Amino acid sequence: MKEILLEHGGGGESTGKLINDIFLEAFSNETLNKLEDASPFFADGKMAMTTDSYTVNPVFFSGGNIGKLSICGTCNDLAMMGAKPGYISCGFIIEEGFGIDELKTIVKSMSEELKKNNAVIITGDTKVVPRGNADKIYINTTGVGEIVYDGLSSSGIGEGDMIVVSNSIGEHGAHIFVMREGINIKSDLKSDCRSLWPLVDLLIKAGIRIKAIRDATRGGLSAVLNEWARQSNVCIKLKEELIPVKREVKGICELLGFEPYHLACEGTFVMAVDREDADKAVEAMRSHEYGSNAAVIGTVDSEFISKAVLETGIGTKRILDIPAGVLLPRIC
Amino acid sequence: MNKKSKLSFSLLLDDYRDSHIIKKIAERIDQSIAGIDRKIRIMEVCGGHTHIIAKYGLEQILPETIEFIHGPGCPVCIMPKERIDHAYIMSLEKDVILVSLGDMMRVPGSYGSLFDARAKGADIRFVYSPLDTLDIAKENPDKRIVFFAIGFETTTPMTAALIERQIKESLKNILYHINHVTVPEPMEVVVSEDDSNIDAFIAPSHVSVITGAKIYQPIVNKYKIPIVVSGFEPVDVMESVRMIVQQFADNRAELEIEYKRGVTTEGNIKAQKMIDKYFEKDDFFRWRGVGDIPQSSYRLRSEYSYLNAELIFDLPDNSIDDHKLCMCGDILKGKAKPFDCKAFGKTCTPGKPLGACMVSDEGSCAAYYRYGRFNKI
Amino acid sequence: MCLAIPSKVIEIDHEMNSITVDTMGAARSASLDLLPEPVEIGDYVILHVGFAIRKVDEKSAIEVIDYYNEILADEQEE
Ligand code: SF4
Repeated sequence: MKEILLEHGGGGESTGKLINDIFLEAFSNETLNKLEDASPFFADGKMAMTTDSYTVNPVFFSGGNIGKLSICGTCNDLAMMGAKPGYISCGFIIEEGFGIDELKTIVKSMSEELKKNNAVIITGDTKVVPRGNADKIYINTTGVGEIVYDGLSSSGIGEGDMIVVSNSIGEHGAHIFVMREGINIKSDLKSDCRSLWPLVDLLIKAGIRIKAIRDATRGGLSAVLNEWARQSNVCIKLKEELIPVKREVKGICELLGFEPYHLACEGTFVMAVDREDADKAVEAMRSHEYGSNAAVIGTVDSEFISKAVLETGIGTKRILDIPAGVLLPRIC
Repeated sequence: MNKKSKLSFSLLLDDYRDSHIIKKIAERIDQSIAGIDRKIRIMEVCGGHTHIIAKYGLEQILPETIEFIHGPGCPVCIMPKERIDHAYIMSLEKDVILVSLGDMMRVPGSYGSLFDARAKGADIRFVYSPLDTLDIAKENPDKRIVFFAIGFETTTPMTAALIERQIKESLKNILYHINHVTVPEPMEVVVSEDDSNIDAFIAPSHVSVITGAKIYQPIVNKYKIPIVVSGFEPVDVMESVRMIVQQFADNRAELEIEYKRGVTTEGNIKAQKMIDKYFEKDDFFRWRGVGDIPQSSYRLRSEYSYLNAELIFDLPDNSIDDHKLCMCGDILKGKAKPFDCKAFGKTCTPGKPLGACMVSDEGSCAAYYRYGRFNKI
Repeated sequence: MCLAIPSKVIEIDHEMNSITVDTMGAARSASLDLLPEPVEIGDYVILHVGFAIRKVDEKSAIEVIDYYNEILADEQEE
């Protein structure tokens, strides 16, 4: 059998085989292996919970695939709340005819990513829909984790705080865009899709006073910073030259007329930290491969309240705007 | 192997954006402007220049007596609603794939944007290069592919090149809806009005690569107005402003080329020939926000009318005006600024544009909204 | 209007009359159908919607930058 058939979702023998051979094989742990209707677990203290559905097209991209993304994304959402990823649920919706080998690859990436987060899948579900009723494969994951660093909030940023990014920006967005719809651009660029908990853990252990932290996914850096500026009633001021952007991302932006600040990141976060901790935070992150280009990129003041502002190299200022809906190449 | 090129991205991109050089040119401008006690209002015709000026905040380092007026040079913005409606209607016809370039997708006509048509089931693709349409046509032999052609003289030869390839490869299933417009005619419209506010032009970069700087000479001669053809980087725009200011200091009104690395007087003859082979000037085009301008667009030559989607589909022949509040006409003519419009930033935003200038990223209202909002709001 | 960027020729396909160009790490094929002059590998061309429309003129490109860089260098010495 090379492809997923409708009967794989029917609950019968084929379903059992699929679960055993693919899912249990990869995700095996004591709780999951019991295959109960619901999985019991212990929780202590304040918890956080998040859910997200993944429909990325293309399913496989350079630097990851939908499976890796489904674990990174959900664990990163927990990490961005100061919560240590713990238990995950996952639901697959698979289009009839999807390749079993491809499914195995996806599941393998998920299990590798779970290990990086020290998290386990304790319950799951699989549905197969007739050809044409879904686009290849969708994955939903829900995660719970214990909050180990409390008090993060997008409304708690104050004047004098510093803005720090964990790595160069825009790689996921740029990469996914060029892989899609008739753009025909070749680039060695990879998605930055990666788990952020290890970095957050480092920062917490280093005693960094984090005010707000967010992975710059849809809408990129500019969406996050605009939201913070509004919710905290401050002016966030970035120095354009300090923002780390890879050369390949710049090239794609030149070709298509994009701004790197609008492109999604899947393994890069931005945070507001206490002024005195900014350099220490950068140093801590640079010691880890996922934070190799970490940098202080700006400050918080009150010049233009509720706005995110970019300072150009010539000392002029402009609004860091929020991207309008779907990104389209600026050709004319 | 070839001789070693002294060019590099570090020269062409980094140096042409270098903050020291930009500041140095600003100093030069300050010096030359010292003796001139009048305002100099410069229209940058091209939306790309509007974008660069806003993106680098160039107005902030120039003397207050220099004012930029944003011109009608964005092919998406000046597209009247009725022509977007054509695209919308054609896209929903049976067995049609509508193909266009980037931003065009977002612009609302009177029924909605092409994105809305897509949500209704229309097959609409955007391509990076017009030639990519050939692949779509080959992959879908049973469909009629309509290429919705937009753009100024820069993009017109690409449509011609597509037609040429299509004919060479005997592909029967690509049709064209042509909306190619030209630059000198609207320039003349805005400068010829009695109450025109425009003292000088920064002429487009890449239109001029194709057409050559010669197309602006008649305007310089007739209206005694300085025109500088500028490149696309901030150093180019600053240097062009400096050249204009120098002309005022010397009491000259001439045509000059700043963008010498791309533009000659004669332009790209090969591309011009391609345009002439397939297109001829149309009687007039209705520019959104400006109105009818004679001889300001291209249509397919009659030999190629079998490729003309406007003759093949049943399309309404009407004209649709913009919202009453909209001041785009005055903005495009340099008589008003986006902030003067009551709708600006309130009922009119890039997400829900009421008028032409808010439509594309390069429209002047959109550029102000994105980059300059904190000045006034 | 008309976004166009300098790109470096890295491959030439005479049969298709096209080239592959690199723009800071992003590669794309571009048509030569509208380019009036011959190109060699290593040349820089101006690219607009998938077409090379002009070879970047080396002398003029360097001139402006050199002029200002010299002034800046002189000032530094003073
Ligand atoms: S803000 Fe909107 S309504 Fe006002 S002039 Fe600009 S485009 Fe027209």
